[in-house]
Amino acid sequence: MTSYCKIDHVDKTFTRGSTETCVLKGITLDIEKGEYVSIIGHSGCGKSTLLNIVAGLTEATVGGVILEGKHVNEPGPDRAVVFQNHSLLPWLTVYDNVRLAVDKVFGAKKSRAERDEWTLHNLNLVQMTHAKDKRPSEISGGMKQRVGLARALAMEPKVLLLDEPFGALDALTRAHLQDTVMGLHQKLGNTVMMITHDVDEAVLLSDRIIMMTNGPAAQIGEILSVPIGRPRKRLELVTDATFLKCRQRVLEFLYERHRFVEAA
Amino acid sequence: MNMPVAKSNVSASILSAPTAPAVAKIVSLPLRQTAMNTRIRATLVKIASAVIPPLVMIALLLTVWQVLCMRPGATLPAPTKIWTEAYDLIVDPFFVAGPQDIGLGWRVLVSLQRVAIGYGLAALFGIALGTLIGQSVWAMRGLDPIFQVLRTISPLAWLPISLAAFRDSQPSAIFVIFITSVWPIIINTAVGIRNIPQDYRNVAAVLQLNHFEFFWKIMIPSAAPYIFTGLRIGIGLSWLAIVAAEMLTGGVGIGFFIWDAWNSSRLPDIFIALAYIGIVGFLLDRVVAGLASIVTRGTSAN
Repeated sequence: MTSYCKIDHVDKTFTRGSTETCVLKGITLDIEKGEYVSIIGHSGCGKSTLLNIVAGLTEATVGGVILEGKHVNEPGPDRAVVFQNHSLLPWLTVYDNVRLAVDKVFGAKKSRAERDEWTLHNLNLVQMTHAKDKRPSEISGGMKQRVGLARALAMEPKVLLLDEPFGALDALTRAHLQDTVMGLHQKLGNTVMMITHDVDEAVLLSDRIIMMTNGPAAQIGEILSVPIGRPRKRLELVTDATFLKCRQRVLEFLYERHRFVEAA
Repeated sequence: MNMPVAKSNVSASILSAPTAPAVAKIVSLPLRQTAMNTRIRATLVKIASAVIPPLVMIALLLTVWQVLCMRPGATLPAPTKIWTEAYDLIVDPFFVAGPQDIGLGWRVLVSLQRVAIGYGLAALFGIALGTLIGQSVWAMRGLDPIFQVLRTISPLAWLPISLAAFRDSQPSAIFVIFITSVWPIIINTAVGIRNIPQDYRNVAAVLQLNHFEFFWKIMIPSAAPYIFTGLRIGIGLSWLAIVAAEMLTGGVGIGFFIWDAWNSSRLPDIFIALAYIGIVGFLLDRVVAGLASIVTRGTSAN
C-alpha cells in the first residue's frame, strides 16, 4: 500500500570539483494525507535540502519523491513552498503577489471574478485583507510571512512545504503566526511538511516529528509521534505531561545523542 | 494632523474664556486661521531654505566673476557685458530672425531630437542585448571585457568612422550618440539580469512560469533598478556627446552654435549656450531619474 506522499530512499550528494559531499543518505519517509510533519535537526544537517528535493527545486542524486502515486522531479504548485525569507516580489502589492499565483494555477479553470474572490479569500484566511494594496516593503516581517502563506495556500497544494517559516521572526510574532498556521491546518486539513530548528514549535504543531542526525550523510535518526489531540492550546500545553515528555525526547535526541559538533 | 491642532486651539480658547470675557466663538476663529498660517509659513520656510542658498551662491559667484573680468585687459566678458551683448538670446529662446539667426530654444530642440533618436535606439538595443547577455555566463565572460574597452572610447573618436560609413552628418551624429550611450545600458542591464535573486527564481519555478512570463513578471521588474542606472548614465553621456558631435558636423544644433560663435568672436553668446546646455542636461537627468523612481517603486526599497 502506498502512502499519500512518499520520500523514497533519497540520497543527495553535492559535487564541487573533485570533492563529493554526501548530504543526505537513505531518507525514506511516508506522509499521510492531512498530516503535519516537522523535520528538525541542527543547522547544516540537510533538512532544507530535503525540503528542496520534495519541492523539486533540487534534484535527488538517488531515489525520488512520489506524490499520490506519481513521481515528481520538478517544481510545481502542487507542492507550494513558504520560504524562510518570504520571497514576495517587491514590485507587486500584497494582493498582486497572491493573484500572480492564483492566475497561474487557476487561470484556465476560474473566471476573472472567481480568481479575484479566491485571492481575497486567501488573504482573509491569514488576516491580511487590510493590507492588500501595500507593497512588501511597507509591511512587517510577520505580515510578509502571512502573505507568503496566503500565496502558498491559494495554490491549493497537495503538500504545503514550510521552510523555517517563522525563523526570521521575533518570539511574539512567531507564536501568533504559529497559532494562525495551526488554525488553518485544522480548518483546511492540508498536508504539511515543515522544517524547523525550534523544539517547542515542532511539538506544538506536528503530528509527527522527524529528527535528523548530523551531517554529512544525515539520516532520519528517530521519528516521534505527538499524541496530543487537536485543537491544541498553547497555554494548556505548557503544563501538559505528554507535551513535556515529547519535548524532552526531542531535546535529548538533539543535545545528548546527536550533539552539534562545531567542526562537522 | 490638522484636526488635533485645531481642537487643542479651541479648548485653549475655552480655557482662556474666563480671563477674556469677550465671546469665545470669536476668539476661536482667528486661532484656527493662525494654525493655517503656521502651516503655510512652514511650507514657505521649507521652500526658502531650498531656494535661497543656491541663489545666494549664484549671486556670490557672479559678483566674483564680475570683479575678476571688469579689470582692463580681461580676456573673458563680465556678466554685465554678457547681459547687454547677448540680451536677445537671453530674453527670447524662440525667436526666428533668419535661417541661421534663431533662438537657442530652437537649437536645443534640434539637438534634443538627435539625442532622442540616438538614445532611444541605444535604450532599445542596449536593454535587449543586455538581457540576452545577462542570461548566459559565457556571453558575459566573452563580451564584458570587450564592452569595458569600447565604452572608454571618446564619442568623437567614433565620428570619423561613422562619417565614413554613413557619408552624411545627420546619421553620423545620431550614431555617435548611440555608440556613446549604449555601453552603460548593455552592461547595467546584463548585471541586473545576472543578479536576479535565487528566491525569485524559486518562486517562478514553483509557479511554473514559462519563459515569456518569467521575462515580463520577474526578470524585467527585478532588473529595473539596474536598467535605469544604465539609462541614467546613458542620457548624461549622450548629452555630452551631442555637443561635441555637432561642433564637428555642423547644422542647427546647440553644439554648432558654440563653434559658430567662437569663429565669429561672440564670446557672450557662448556663455549663454553653456548655461542652456547645463540646464537641459540637468533636466534630462531629472526626467530619467523621475521615471526610474516611478517604475522601480518598491523594487529598490527591499
